Amino acid sequence: MKLKLNHESYKQIIGPLAAFLLILLFNYLFTPGFFDLEIKDGQLFGSIVDIFNRGAPVMIIALGMTLVYATGGIDLSVGSVMAISGAVAAFMIRPGYISGVLEYGTLPPVWQVILIPLIVAAIAGLWNGVLVTYLKIQPIIATLILMVAGRGIAQLITKGNIIIFRHENFEVLGSGNFLGLPVPVVMVIVIALLMHFLTRKTALGLFIEAVGSNPTASYFIGINSRRIKLLVYVFCGICAGFAGLIITADIKGADANNCGLWFELDAIAAVIIGGTVWGGRYTLAGTLLGALIIQSITTTILSRGIAPEQILVYKAIVVLSVTLIQSGNMRKMIVQLFNSKKKRVSSIANSGVVK
Amino acid sequence: MNIITPVLQARNISKIFPGVIALNEVNFNLLPGEIHGLMGENGAGKSTLIKCLTGVYSPDEGDVIYCDNRVFFSSPLESSKAGISTVYQEVNLIPTLSVAENICAGRQPLKKGIINWTFINAHAKELLAMLDVDIDVSASLSEYSTAIQQMVAIARGLDLEARVLILDEPTSSLDEEEARKLFAVIRKLKNDGMGIIFISHFLDQVYEICDRLTVLRNGEYIGEYEIGELSKHELIIKMLGKDLAQFEYRSSKNTVNKKSDKKTFYRVKGLSKRNGVLPFDLDLREGEVLGLGGLLGSGRTEIARLLFGIDKPTTGNASVWGLSGFIKNPKQAVDKSFGFCPEDRKVEGLIPDLTIRENIILALQVKHGLFKYLSVKKQKEIADMYIKLLKIKTPSSEVSVSKLSGGNQQKVIVARWLAANPKFLILDEPTRGIDVGAKVEIQKMILEFKDQGMSILFISSELDEVVRCSDRIAVLRDRHKIAELCGDDISSSTIMYTIANANTNASANTNANVSVNCNSGGQNEAEVES
Amino acid sequence: MNLRLLQFKSLKSYIPLFSTIAVFFAIYAMGAVLYGLNFISLRVFLNLFLDNAFVGVIAVGMTFVIISGGIDLSVASVVAFVCILAAKLMEVYNMNPFIVMIISLGFGAVLGTTMGSIIYFFKVPDFLVTLVGMFLCRGLAYMVDVRSIPIRNETFVNLNTIAIRFPGGARLPLVAIVFIVVWFMGIYLAHFTRFGRNIYAVGGDEKSANLMGIPVARTKILVYTMSSTFAALGGLLYANYTLSGYAAAVLGLELDAIAAVVIGGTLLTGGVGFVEGTMIGVLILGLIQTLISFQGTLSSWWTKIIIGLLIFWFILLQRFLSRTPKK
Repeated sequence: MKLKLNHESYKQIIGPLAAFLLILLFNYLFTPGFFDLEIKDGQLFGSIVDIFNRGAPVMIIALGMTLVYATGGIDLSVGSVMAISGAVAAFMIRPGYISGVLEYGTLPPVWQVILIPLIVAAIAGLWNGVLVTYLKIQPIIATLILMVAGRGIAQLITKGNIIIFRHENFEVLGSGNFLGLPVPVVMVIVIALLMHFLTRKTALGLFIEAVGSNPTASYFIGINSRRIKLLVYVFCGICAGFAGLIITADIKGADANNCGLWFELDAIAAVIIGGTVWGGRYTLAGTLLGALIIQSITTTILSRGIAPEQILVYKAIVVLSVTLIQSGNMRKMIVQLFNSKKKRVSSIANSGVVK
Repeated sequence: MNIITPVLQARNISKIFPGVIALNEVNFNLLPGEIHGLMGENGAGKSTLIKCLTGVYSPDEGDVIYCDNRVFFSSPLESSKAGISTVYQEVNLIPTLSVAENICAGRQPLKKGIINWTFINAHAKELLAMLDVDIDVSASLSEYSTAIQQMVAIARGLDLEARVLILDEPTSSLDEEEARKLFAVIRKLKNDGMGIIFISHFLDQVYEICDRLTVLRNGEYIGEYEIGELSKHELIIKMLGKDLAQFEYRSSKNTVNKKSDKKTFYRVKGLSKRNGVLPFDLDLREGEVLGLGGLLGSGRTEIARLLFGIDKPTTGNASVWGLSGFIKNPKQAVDKSFGFCPEDRKVEGLIPDLTIRENIILALQVKHGLFKYLSVKKQKEIADMYIKLLKIKTPSSEVSVSKLSGGNQQKVIVARWLAANPKFLILDEPTRGIDVGAKVEIQKMILEFKDQGMSILFISSELDEVVRCSDRIAVLRDRHKIAELCGDDISSSTIMYTIANANTNASANTNANVSVNCNSGGQNEAEVES
Repeated sequence: MNLRLLQFKSLKSYIPLFSTIAVFFAIYAMGAVLYGLNFISLRVFLNLFLDNAFVGVIAVGMTFVIISGGIDLSVASVVAFVCILAAKLMEVYNMNPFIVMIISLGFGAVLGTTMGSIIYFFKVPDFLVTLVGMFLCRGLAYMVDVRSIPIRNETFVNLNTIAIRFPGGARLPLVAIVFIVVWFMGIYLAHFTRFGRNIYAVGGDEKSANLMGIPVARTKILVYTMSSTFAALGGLLYANYTLSGYAAAVLGLELDAIAAVVIGGTLLTGGVGFVEGTMIGVLILGLIQTLISFQGTLSSWWTKIIIGLLIFWFILLQRFLSRTPKK
């Protein structure tokens, strides 16, 4: 019964699912050792685990981006927000580092190191949201501001240094494991479930899609589109902050220059590949698959010894093909091409009869 | 009858859109040196005919003859180059460009490879001077009022050395003075031998300026008349499709003020919106259907939007459920258990990406709030109920609403508001484009819901429908509320008589004959403004 | 010049442009006060044109894209690709630099036309298409070579010596001259050609423009052709400026270009803009960098924050100004 009720959303993710399985199949056939799994120190290792583990930050950001994208917006600042939250966390652990004091103060409790950067990230998201909803700046430009300035702010916090630190409890976030699974993967599952619960078990998801699909009609029904847009930008900011924390905890250092670089593109690509419509239907499962596809392309290329610099080209080709397939005009044009051929034939036949 | 050959002629033109015959063997003759009114209600085929003449559409059958030649324009650009100049209904100009540039855009004169701005500005100034408009032509268009913008659009139309000028609702945002200036120019052009097609819903203006009229109804050609041979009554009858026998004036003087025991819950006084509707009073009562009668463009939709908080009123005050103050936005209206089924379903109603089920339960969900999410099962039940009730043709409630036909989409929106079970529901043209069976269904439903205590504001171009459903009818003309009818006065003929006879500028005496006061409180306010 | 004044609108629409000029002079004055005559020397001023030539050329193209109501995110990657491609062709394959230039510009034109066509005909959002272009060109650049390739081709290097010399040793080299020429071309295009005016019309209201008989499809596609071609030209200038090709060069340049356009008073909603202003926007960005390098201790991240704040400030100004419809 449940399957039947949701059959539209299942249809939505069938494309990305097939693509992901194809990539896995390709690797099963041609990349030796791709599916090998081993357990070291109670943790799973292997290329498959690697895809999930390394893909985790992109998956988390892409989840936040999905909602923004569904309202007809975009958030280019996620990479910079990642850098900011990482910088804040590192700064909290080692506040003296940037002025040359190398010893640690009292280590702050891990909940603080997580919560405060997330609050900062939420404020960043709020800023984007206010610009988009109240100042009515196009999302691409509004978030561009923070994309430029945000990295500057992150560098300001770290004073351009890479703050390296040790904080065992915090590091768990990046490299720990829970029930044999890497913590980042667990986090993805937790966030995805939380989002599913928040948006699909309340009317929020429906309202987000309504606002994205037809803002005027939504306004006429009485949906407060401003508040909903504000909410999704804040949420996207928090997701970006969280991804930033995972990466920072993983490398045990905050690199304001490179943390989150190009992540906005991967996240947007994941959302698009996943089948979410710009201003309309979204699917969280599709987005997760989209992120996995992006990551598995990368992992495949790396594990097959192809030059890593080609990754971007492949990503571009994948995104372009997916958008063209999704474009209604593309389909219409193909249909028209087909029809016009038929029409021409029939009109020639007709004119023949008349003459 | 006339020795002069027409400059532009349509012979037996038919245009068929999927499922609709927009024009059926329509004839049209425009003589040089005449102003020809093209009349018809909404959906009569006026704009389709214009578009067939100017090359936006190509007719499926019939010929367009221009200057004695059969022509096939493939785009508006081609027809305008040939000398048919068109000013479209909405101001189709570019607000960010200067006034002068708007007049010359796309055909700027070049001098040595660069645009000759001196000439453009002077030329624009000249053209506007013809319309008696003296403004800074180098200022951007958006800095001027809608009226001026309309004048600029007309000036652009005058710009070509045209033989035919088509004006589609050119006076919709002009005041009397401005309209007079426009008419002076049109008359001058007429005397120069230009053929002018004039479309307007202001009857007075049509009678003031036109020489001949062509009437269309439901895509059918009704006839061509000299302006003198057709009275306003007869014209309205031809436009609305009632025969003369049915149309007899019934005196309403003697009708007793019927005291209504129904409680007023929403009262507005002197509400108005600039360029929308002139100040009007309106009482809405529980368990009553109030119809808005009037032709297209008479201010029906504007009133509905004001009442639902979509537009901000320029003047007036209101009280709802005993609390004074306007409804400021649709959210407030929905919170007060109001519903609004808009006229333009594509832009204002449908959420194209969502399924039928989601479209139907959306308003109910907004009422419930974010957290009391209706279970999918419950949603399905509601949706299926209304699909059955309104006979929406779909394989399932899970189909995307964009895949439905227009009529079925309309039913989905009606269903959306019915599902929300509002206390006050505004229905703006709910039956347009719906087959007869469904129309009756919706009308029946309106009456049922009324009996359950719902208050309904009903807007429709079909007078019969308004008459059948309404307990009270506010009659509108030219953005004016001119009368309020109730009880026995409600009939198509009274409404038509009221519209035809009420002269917005004449004294209230003429109107008093047909205006009946239906106030429940017994205060005998005159409903008619002078 | 008096023709231009005639065409232009009321004084109000100049406020963004005036405030841009005011900001430029304010920063310039600040530099003068802080660092004295060194800062306001002709050499420093002319260097602004040299150092920012490639940004400037790209920004001119970007101005037209934004006026038409679109956005082009691919420009930085195009610069990087053209720059590494030119280096590779000249150094590894010993190709004639002029042929290389034609190939580069041709690549830009083809890429832009393709992106424009996809945007117009398939109705794919502009930022998506140009985002893909951004991926693609950056990836292609890495595929050409991941290492930096120094350019030693004599003819190409010698182009550097062409310059207008001023007394006191200051010089305006070819790269800067190209920038200024492109800038004037942009002004000519924007104000005195039908194509330029059509861009404004399409950006103002696409639907109306169509009804007014303006060739919308051609205009919209050509705008992207132009932007990518200018980006390719920017890549050649950058190659000549740095005398090397590097695939990871100019990360984030598209943002600088957009910033220059916005600071220059072009409305992001399309339809309104000044190529003149964009030029001053570029110079402002250059001045900030110069100022920070003069200061010496102020770190480079301040540039980013200040640019962000400037964009924000100018967008606010635009909002404020565009919210005053008369009656």
